[in-house]
Amino acid sequence: MVAVSLAAVACGSTTPAASQGSPQPLSGTLSLFAAASLTDSFKALGASFHQQYPSVQFQYNFEGTPTLVAQIEQGAPADVFASADTANMSKVQSDGLAAGSPKIFAHNQLEIVVAPGNPKGISGLQDLARPGVIYISAGPTVPAGKYAAQALAKAGVQVTPKSLETDVKSVISKIELGEADAGIVYTTDVKAAGSRVSGVLIPASDNVVADYPIVTLKSSSNAAADEGFISFVTSAQGQAVLESFGFLPA
Amino acid sequence: MRPERVPVVIGVLAAMGAAFFIVPLVGLVVRTPWSDALAQLTAPETVEALRLSLVASFSATAIALLLGVPLAWVYARIEFPGRSLLRAMTTLPMVLPPVVGGIALLLAFGRRGLVGGWLDSTFGITIPFTTLGAVMAETFVAMPFLVLTVEAGLRSMDRRYEEAARTLGANRWTVFSRVTIPLIAPSLLAGAALCWARALGEFGATITFAGNFPGVTQTMPLAVYLLLETNPEASFVLSLVLLCVSVGVLVSLRHRWLGSA
Repeated sequence: MVAVSLAAVACGSTTPAASQGSPQPLSGTLSLFAAASLTDSFKALGASFHQQYPSVQFQYNFEGTPTLVAQIEQGAPADVFASADTANMSKVQSDGLAAGSPKIFAHNQLEIVVAPGNPKGISGLQDLARPGVIYISAGPTVPAGKYAAQALAKAGVQVTPKSLETDVKSVISKIELGEADAGIVYTTDVKAAGSRVSGVLIPASDNVVADYPIVTLKSSSNAAADEGFISFVTSAQGQAVLESFGFLPA
Repeated sequence: MRPERVPVVIGVLAAMGAAFFIVPLVGLVVRTPWSDALAQLTAPETVEALRLSLVASFSATAIALLLGVPLAWVYARIEFPGRSLLRAMTTLPMVLPPVVGGIALLLAFGRRGLVGGWLDSTFGITIPFTTLGAVMAETFVAMPFLVLTVEAGLRSMDRRYEEAARTLGANRWTVFSRVTIPLIAPSLLAGAALCWARALGEFGATITFAGNFPGVTQTMPLAVYLLLETNPEASFVLSLVLLCVSVGVLVSLRHRWLGSA
């Protein structure tokens, strides 16, 4: 199965080069600005892309999506931007900083993150409002924070987070440190944290599906490598990598 | 005496050195939207951050005075083994990255921390995500500035006044409160001002240890950082406020550091 998809990608990557006549090997440094929730999956994607094109080097910048947007707006040297929602992507587009139109490359869902073994016995969103439960989330401008508020609203649960963290990674680390009892993060974050946390599923009726768009930025000096990487992310092999981290395919 | 001539190389490098500091300040002033600066400053989220910052930084300064002046006195007057080491450890936050300070505070006063775990299980008190947490983070980072300044003041003061008071029958506490403290008042004031300014600007330890929530732990520096993402104009205005405060403190302390140049 994997061998088949690998073969498919191998064919896919040679075809466009062949059609251009000269098989130009991709090279250079690719500066990748990606949402914090993509940290592990994009490092893995970058590593396998680097295996295929050893002369392409990656520079990663993983932050909360609005932080990345602010950095891009202030002129940070970014080539490719992967956002955790379409609202922040639209901001980059309306500022005229995106080259071409973004592609949705993955979906994600929310999950409640708690300490290992769920010592507070959290069974659903309604428990987050229980007295004695310290609930935190990402801030309202961070996609994860916005989605968390949407999920709580859908479930009719009224709870104010004790802290509005700057990205999902800090929500997870506050849970790991035991400072907070529960947070709402992405399914992929719970999976990535492994045994250091436990997850509590949110029913589909209350859950929110996050769309992840990716785009090349106008400031990029290496459009060929950017496009190569984006097609890799949306290829069968790239999608398989993303799925292995718990993302839903595009 | 003829004025000294500046060698070209030194002049150019000095000008570059100065410009390196001046240009960012100019940038901040130029980009500040003066037309609606007042509106930005009086926006509810800004007012909340300002209020919290004032409360937290003055509380931190008060705690630093209460604990830091005695500490400085011990450093200046008492010889004991390990004094240098202890002084080094208590001034560490001056050079430590504030985020590291925040992590250390979590491991000490967090819910699972050395002291915090006991506070939580015994009294049900948790410090992270509270204004007390923000005050503690600010105190941790800012108090060393007060301790060092006051210690220097204590070392340079004329101790004969204390001895005179003693021979006239004053007890140790009276000497300390009626003679020593008034004599070191300038150092005390300078130390408190430095400490307050540093507390006001604290970011890393606060966001790490106390978290971020408007009105509870979201002080001005945190608001500046987060507003840059949503409302850059407001963050420029708030930055300028912090800048003016810092300039004010430095100018009023100028005589201490630079003489009357």
